[in-house]
Amino acid sequence: MTVEPAVKSFPRPSELPVPPGAEGWEKLYPYNLVFQNLSGSDDEKFWFCDSQHWPTVFKPFETIGGEFAVKCLGQYNTRHLLIPPANGIEFKIHLGYLYMSPVPVPEEQIPARVPEFERRVGHYFQNWDSLLEQWKIKVRATIDELEALTFAGLPEMVPFDDIVSGKAKDGSEVLMENYDRLIQLVYQNWQYHFEFLNLGYLAYLDFFTFAKQVFPGIPDQAIAKMVQGVDMELFRPDDELKKLATLAVELGLQSAFENTDDVEGTLARVGDLSGGRQWLDAYRAAQDPWFNFTVGNGFYGHDKYWIEHQEIPLGYIKDYIRRVGEGQRILRPIAELVAERDRIVAEYRSLLDGENLAAFDVKHGLAVTAYPYVENHNFYIEHWTMGVFWRKVRELSRVFVAAGFWAGEGDLLYLTRGEVRDALFDLVTGWAVGAEPTGPSYWPAEIDRRRGIIDALGSRRPQPALNTPPAQITEPFTMMLWGITTEQVQQWLGDDSGDDTAITGMSASPGVAEGRARVVHHADQLSEVQEGEILVATITAPSWGPIFGKIKATVTDIGGMMSHAAIVCREYGLPAVTGTGNGSTTIRTGQLIRVDGDAGRVEILED
Amino acid sequence: MSDVDTRYVQFFDGGIAPDHALLGGKCASLATMTAAGMPVPPGFAVTTALYDAFVEESGLRDVIVKALDEIDPDDVASVDSVSAAIRDEICSRPVPERLRRPVIEAWADFQGRFERPVPVAVRSSATAEDLPDASFAGQQDTYLWLVDERDVHEHIRKCWASLYTSRAITYRLRNAVPEDGLSMAVAVQKMVHARVAGVAMTLNPRNGDRSKITIDASWGVGEAVVSGHVTPDNIVVDKVLLCVVEEHVGDKHIELVPDSAGGRLVERDVDAARRAVRSLTDDQVRAVSELAKRAERHYGCPQDIEWALDADLPDGQNLLLLQSRPETVHSSKPKPVAAPAKASPPSVGFSLGSITAHLTAGRAAGVTN
Repeated sequence: MTVEPAVKSFPRPSELPVPPGAEGWEKLYPYNLVFQNLSGSDDEKFWFCDSQHWPTVFKPFETIGGEFAVKCLGQYNTRHLLIPPANGIEFKIHLGYLYMSPVPVPEEQIPARVPEFERRVGHYFQNWDSLLEQWKIKVRATIDELEALTFAGLPEMVPFDDIVSGKAKDGSEVLMENYDRLIQLVYQNWQYHFEFLNLGYLAYLDFFTFAKQVFPGIPDQAIAKMVQGVDMELFRPDDELKKLATLAVELGLQSAFENTDDVEGTLARVGDLSGGRQWLDAYRAAQDPWFNFTVGNGFYGHDKYWIEHQEIPLGYIKDYIRRVGEGQRILRPIAELVAERDRIVAEYRSLLDGENLAAFDVKHGLAVTAYPYVENHNFYIEHWTMGVFWRKVRELSRVFVAAGFWAGEGDLLYLTRGEVRDALFDLVTGWAVGAEPTGPSYWPAEIDRRRGIIDALGSRRPQPALNTPPAQITEPFTMMLWGITTEQVQQWLGDDSGDDTAITGMSASPGVAEGRARVVHHADQLSEVQEGEILVATITAPSWGPIFGKIKATVTDIGGMMSHAAIVCREYGLPAVTGTGNGSTTIRTGQLIRVDGDAGRVEILED
Repeated sequence: MSDVDTRYVQFFDGGIAPDHALLGGKCASLATMTAAGMPVPPGFAVTTALYDAFVEESGLRDVIVKALDEIDPDDVASVDSVSAAIRDEICSRPVPERLRRPVIEAWADFQGRFERPVPVAVRSSATAEDLPDASFAGQQDTYLWLVDERDVHEHIRKCWASLYTSRAITYRLRNAVPEDGLSMAVAVQKMVHARVAGVAMTLNPRNGDRSKITIDASWGVGEAVVSGHVTPDNIVVDKVLLCVVEEHVGDKHIELVPDSAGGRLVERDVDAARRAVRSLTDDQVRAVSELAKRAERHYGCPQDIEWALDADLPDGQNLLLLQSRPETVHSSKPKPVAAPAKASPPSVGFSLGSITAHLTAGRAAGVTN
């Protein structure tokens, strides 16, 4: 008789209790997004939670980001590039959070995909620059079209001109078409989003694997440093603020930035000072497109964008002005960063010769070409496209508010996108027939009910994963994009290390720092962060850039070597431990902690 | 610097181009490293010329040649008795005053550099082929923590005498190494008051990976590590980023430290707390790595160094290089070659083959239950 080793598992979805007040949550989301087969395979298959992109509970309309992104990711693996071992990633929402399960290609089908894969990927790598140039044009065109969409209330009567021209339409068709077009356009840019992303990761992975082979045990961050771009579009918004702060100091405008929460007043005070006109011109020039930047991650309707909340960039500028006044250097030392990267590449390169040296050059060259997209696309899609998208959603919501459907702009987010379409027809019908639409008597109470459910769901953190994990996780994208490795899964399962004071994660940026913790669960709490503290967050966004100049180190619950926190910390030379799983729930604000970015450990030194 | 006769005595920082035949391997290396600006503890070499003059002028040369002639190389007892006799002569025969003076002057000059007398290490510095395993640590004579001048003179002679151990005599007889030109230099060097010491290699000896630096470190004077008397901390460092990649905290159960009077080295037990922790801080690991890297760059090939952190010197100046020699075991092996990738058209400028190979390697499927 053999003794089966005890298999550690995550809970099954059916075992997880529904938080009080969240009963009936599954009816808030489209039927296909929730587990419908909980007595069967859905309750068996391994799912991991993507709290990296969706750290908080979805409101029904917000599932659009998850659906479009993960669908398009899968499509590129499965239908465009035919990645030999990997199809897409199945996704479901459970208790408000997004869970994913990679879909492998049956082993016997893999060989047949190889020639197609090489033909397709080869074409992209060979024509990278021209195809990427085209990409920018396509993405810009989508954004321009999104910008041009309008949502306005319907007129009391059809204009007489339409009678004369025999147009025979009432304008409601435009409202409905624009809604459909809005959804269509954002879908389109999510398609484009993945055109290069998987390729960028492939090139990185190829170089990564090679480096691990010729330099066994090379730190992941060394490979990241060799590949990472320095002069990146993703860093431009923050760089623009630094330039504006520097200019304000040069022109002697500091006094105008006393109260940056008052946007109008601040800009007026700048304009009244001599040289203020020059600064305002620079400020306006920087806005397009660089203020299409969010302090969130672009996936939530509540994400705030600089362009609409100028108190955010102005507050950062104020802080930069203070630091320039203190003699700090705020501009990123681009030349030094480039020199450091070149040094690292040259030193590793000098250890190789012959075939290995040639392979290093080729693979590094490809990774350096392809990888910057992985960071830069973020500005174009998550920030710019999604910024315009959410702005248009609010514009549409105001049409409903005016028609009495609901009270607040944000209430639309409690409808699914299909329900919004229905509500739109309800609104149009009421207007057309001259009677009350149904919405105003239905939605306010329903939205309140749903809000209660969402709030109740939000009181619980997601499980890191569901069901029994595989013995080994081998799928390259899962490891690369989500940091889901065999070790990580074991750590989540709480393999006893006998070490109860240390929190462990990925050594994402080198160095060691001690300081007081500041736990931040939401971008709105960023203003609480004090000079010299250690930022502890569920996840960070690159748009938090300005606070990285204040803090000593970063700890996140989620994210790997290439997560935004890791990238930005390496840029700023701060220690970072990412992917701790429970850092932000274990550590409390004010505790003295020690972050060891080399060992991937965080210790709580005192309360 | 004094007017010591540089034929017989040379300070490591004396600015004279090191002559291997005159200084022997160890002293030549110490002088070279000093000249390269590396933090080598100060000291001087008693040259082979001084040894040669001593055996000539004292009449020892003839005695030695005669004694060796009588040896039966297959008779161990005969070798042993001849060896003992020669070594006894070397250690007891008076050194002519003319030859004693350079060492006396150098000693005074050396001690004059410090506020209070410092202990020294006296080590033999052979020229390459004279002794078996000459390039290996621990095979040569090393006398630590000498304070008294007479002791120093006595131990210089012991180093000379080590030319005629039974083992050395047998080795030369077997390998037909001629007696002509056989000589020995001696290093007299400030004793490092090592709080932590050890060795470092500018590669990973487990696989020959040259992108790593491997450090062995333990408490106290480094002899305990070099001789294998303790299990040291083993730390693997990335050579480019200088961060720790792997570490094993060794047991380090004993340490060699000066006794309370500072008169000699004693072996003492290490308490449990210090055994359980790594003997080097992260900053110190980085500093040792940088030192090893500098030595490698200076010599242009992988190095095996001995280093120590001096307890008497301030942080930042307390890391000393005691020895650097070419690493010969792994650096002569071919470098590891990555698994060959399937060829792809050269015009593409990248290797799709290896990308595909990686993706389809081993288990083809993604997450599998």
